[in-house]
Amino acid sequence: MMNVMRLFGGRAASAPVARERLQILLSHERGRTGAPDLLEMLRSEILSVVSKHIDVDPDKVVVRMDRGKFVSMLEVDIEVPNGVQRSKMVAAT
Amino acid sequence: MAKVLVVTSGKGGVGKTTSTAALGAALAQMGQSVVVIDFDVGLRNLDLVMGAERRVVFDLINVVQGVAKLPQALIRDKRLENLWLLPASQTRDKDALTEEGVKRVIDDLKTKFDWILCDSPAGIERGATLAMRYADEAIIVTNPEVSSVRDSDRIIGMLDSKTARAERGERVEKHLLVTRYDAGRAARGEMLSIDDILEILATPLLGIVPESQDVLRASNVGCPVTLNAASSAPARAYTDAVRRLMGEAVEMTVPVERKGLMDRLLRRRAA
Repeated sequence: MMNVMRLFGGRAASAPVARERLQILLSHERGRTGAPDLLEMLRSEILSVVSKHIDVDPDKVVVRMDRGKFVSMLEVDIEVPNGVQRSKMVAAT
Repeated sequence: MAKVLVVTSGKGGVGKTTSTAALGAALAQMGQSVVVIDFDVGLRNLDLVMGAERRVVFDLINVVQGVAKLPQALIRDKRLENLWLLPASQTRDKDALTEEGVKRVIDDLKTKFDWILCDSPAGIERGATLAMRYADEAIIVTNPEVSSVRDSDRIIGMLDSKTARAERGERVEKHLLVTRYDAGRAARGEMLSIDDILEILATPLLGIVPESQDVLRASNVGCPVTLNAASSAPARAYTDAVRRLMGEAVEMTVPVERKGLMDRLLRRRAA
């Protein structure tokens, strides 16, 4: 029934998007008030290493941690545009 | 032993004041002696929602500054004799409140009441930090919506670091109260689900208050919804929440959409 209604409505559910965005945002914000945020540190260092070689949009570098019961998964997601320019820093050296 | 409870959220307009009035009344209806304190200095509204706006003479700031004695400022509810209100000042600003002054008032109230409910202003500034400062427990009011959940996360961080209990190395017990929950929109995936919110905020659930006309109607007439429409879905949700606060095990049910023929027809036409 739900799927049929969605067909008629023609719109995808937006709650999963909301949930994903919140999880990413809060994983960044949580550390800020207390101890230095590990994820933010990792993100900025990964960004600086990668951008030595490839031009990437800083907003397209996403580092997230999924905490499991026994192990956690560190996920690094970097979007690289096609036909990428090698970084000018590398070109200059 | 008196319990100090802060009703807080970070974000404005999620239902803190409405919830404070409803929870306070529900506790009083169960025979507890209750005082609700409005901490929203300059923008008081708890008096209005409780229908006591024309009986305010003295307020919290008068008591803190020694202009009035506590019994002079306390307003007894017209309907429930064990429910009292300590209003905020409408004319002063929040800087008139001091940490020591608030502590003195709360310590005094602890000798007189079973429950002290502090209605926090929105935001994370002085009024909000003072409202949570001496709390034993906190109710975080959240709407199933991204900005409200984000602000709740921030407030949870403050409860764990900026309260007197946290500074003593103790914990403020936290409860999540989801308000304005629309079962139909959640079922269609248009609204964060209860599971989503609980997973993100990792805080135990105290109750789910469905979006309802009855809540607005209760505010309109200045009567807490648990009194004004005792058998309505939101009133039952608040009453169950209060029973959980008092340690009773009450089964949690996520509201489901009740769809009549008319609703279906109307929805079809609207789409």
